[in-house]
Amino acid sequence: MYDFINANLPYLLAGISVGGQYALIAIGYTMVYGILRLINFAHGDVFTAAAYAMVYMNATLPLYISLPLTIIFTVVLGYTVERVAYKPLRSAPRMSIMISAIGVSYLLQNLMWYITGGLAQQYPTIPWISNTVTILTATTKMVTLITPVLTLVLVLLLVQLINHTKIGMAMRAVSKDFETSRLMGIKIDNVISVTFVIGSFLAAIGSMLYFTNYTAVTPTSGAMPGLKAFVAAVFGGIGSIPGAVIGAFIIGIAENIIKAVGLTTFSDAFTFALLIFVLIFKPTGLFGEVTHEKV
Amino acid sequence: MKKFLSLILILAMLLPTMALAEDYAGEIVIGIYEPASGPNGAGGKQETLGIYYANYVAPTVELSDGVYKVKLVEVDNQSSNDKAPSAAQQLVSEGSSIVLGSYGSGVSIAAADIFDAGGVVAIGISCTNPQVTLGNPLYYRICYLDPFQGTVLANFAKDEFNATKAYTLAQLGNDYDVGLAHYFSKAFEELGGEVKGEEFPLGTSDFTAYLTSAVNSGAEVIFAPTSTEFASQIITQAAANGITIPILAGDTWDSSVILKAAEGTDLSISVSTFFDEGDTGAAAAEFVKGFKAWLNDNPEKLANNGGNDIVAAVSALGYDGYMVALEALKLADSGDRDDIADTVAEVTYEGVTGFIAFDENGDAKRDQAFIIKSDNETASWKFVKVQSVSDISK
Repeated sequence: MYDFINANLPYLLAGISVGGQYALIAIGYTMVYGILRLINFAHGDVFTAAAYAMVYMNATLPLYISLPLTIIFTVVLGYTVERVAYKPLRSAPRMSIMISAIGVSYLLQNLMWYITGGLAQQYPTIPWISNTVTILTATTKMVTLITPVLTLVLVLLLVQLINHTKIGMAMRAVSKDFETSRLMGIKIDNVISVTFVIGSFLAAIGSMLYFTNYTAVTPTSGAMPGLKAFVAAVFGGIGSIPGAVIGAFIIGIAENIIKAVGLTTFSDAFTFALLIFVLIFKPTGLFGEVTHEKV
Repeated sequence: MKKFLSLILILAMLLPTMALAEDYAGEIVIGIYEPASGPNGAGGKQETLGIYYANYVAPTVELSDGVYKVKLVEVDNQSSNDKAPSAAQQLVSEGSSIVLGSYGSGVSIAAADIFDAGGVVAIGISCTNPQVTLGNPLYYRICYLDPFQGTVLANFAKDEFNATKAYTLAQLGNDYDVGLAHYFSKAFEELGGEVKGEEFPLGTSDFTAYLTSAVNSGAEVIFAPTSTEFASQIITQAAANGITIPILAGDTWDSSVILKAAEGTDLSISVSTFFDEGDTGAAAAEFVKGFKAWLNDNPEKLANNGGNDIVAAVSALGYDGYMVALEALKLADSGDRDDIADTVAEVTYEGVTGFIAFDENGDAKRDQAFIIKSDNETASWKFVKVQSVSDISK
């Protein structure tokens, strides 16, 4: 038994840690979807941009300045993307906004490719969370333990914000009925901006945790975690925050279990097969609200 | 007065071009087909640096009808097999007499048909997969091959670490990784060892699960001949997970990226390569000295080398590749593609990485590899041994 735990603990730890990082990205997807009914494909690239911001700022600035600056940069980027690429299309068909989102995603990727020359950059070491710790017999980085805790704390705070503040109430109202809440005097644009700000903030935190573990930053290194977080959001029920978090942890852990049993080649295939299954058999996901057609 | 001034100005501008026209009989284009971005970008840039240094040392080539200036044209194949053909086509269209590259076997294989159709001779510099030259009559190469490299490393694992179980890790669908892991496994099994092999998909950044599998399989060496981008992930995560199993890899890992990632850790990393920086032979020592001075003169070149002046083996090979191309031009006595294709097989050259001559496949006849080990305190490579074929019981 002890041997079994010893052999498999590292897989589980990696799964929980990567799950927490997916969760922080998935919340950004699910919140934007809940309010705008838009899948923000550029979210994974905002996540990568946060990592690059950190790499470049840390080259010249001390850590206690570069960390908050990175978060501010990411939030501003998310806000700008919304203002420039999505707001002008608010009354356009939903498909147009989605195409715009895909466009922004490629634009960001190629901009990063152009600016950085496309070579892998080493992510700076953030003290303390980069320390190694030993649990039983498994050695890992501190960040592996911190990620799930920090994720849960942030999610609890977010749920409080949504349930107990005025802006939270406005967000809930907008997600229920876009038009009516506008008639009730809610400033839709502000609510949407706040949603993007929160999503980008969490992506920035997620990126710090993710790249502390996996230290090479390339223009496409956010694409895969972004896609998997998207699958997690769909799996948990897109639009639901607890759903996204639970979905992300399940995907993170399942991925590592699949690698543990030796099917390494199929670990990505599993995630996307899961997406297809969910879409066929339970399109609303684990916690998604069932929408009734109103006549 | 104004007219007179402008006349002087025009003359002053014309003068250099006239001087150029007098000095050279013409211009010959050598194409550089290398990745400058993507997973192999770092290595590609080092190889390209070697070529540019060679061009700096020998900017012209003397043929019977005069001295020609060599012009280098560079394309970026982005380390990607599907972007490779259009990059190769660009070199063919821009009138390259001969092409050098690429770092990474996959892109070389992908471009072979394009060079063949254009009738351009290509000289592979560090692409070690047999498929590069096999069935591609115009593709030549100056480095050793993976069956040889795999055998060398398998023997090294056996001799140095007394290993009986090995774990191989390769990128799914990457010709170089998968090929080299295959030849290593074959040789290691022939020596009586046992191998567990796994592959990871492109875009993987979490290697914890693979490393755990390696530990659980009871492997005594990990063989991970991946590109440097994944290598730095593997190294940092192996260090974070407290892995003590020695790691072996092929020529791609001979890069300062690896040294940077391994600095300050307890990992044991051994790599087979083409060239040893500490080589005391006259040609090699002179190359190292000149190349370092050339790098240190220009911050941009230094940055392309990874921000330090450690000489990568691929830079030395890149230097030799350019010199072999010049020999080919001299032997053909023209910059015409067909003339070069007719005579290139006869080229011989004493390079800084050793003597180069081609066999019937267009591969260099190489029989030795250098094995180096990372020194994690000083972030430098330590020379371990030269392994030649004769040392290995075939």
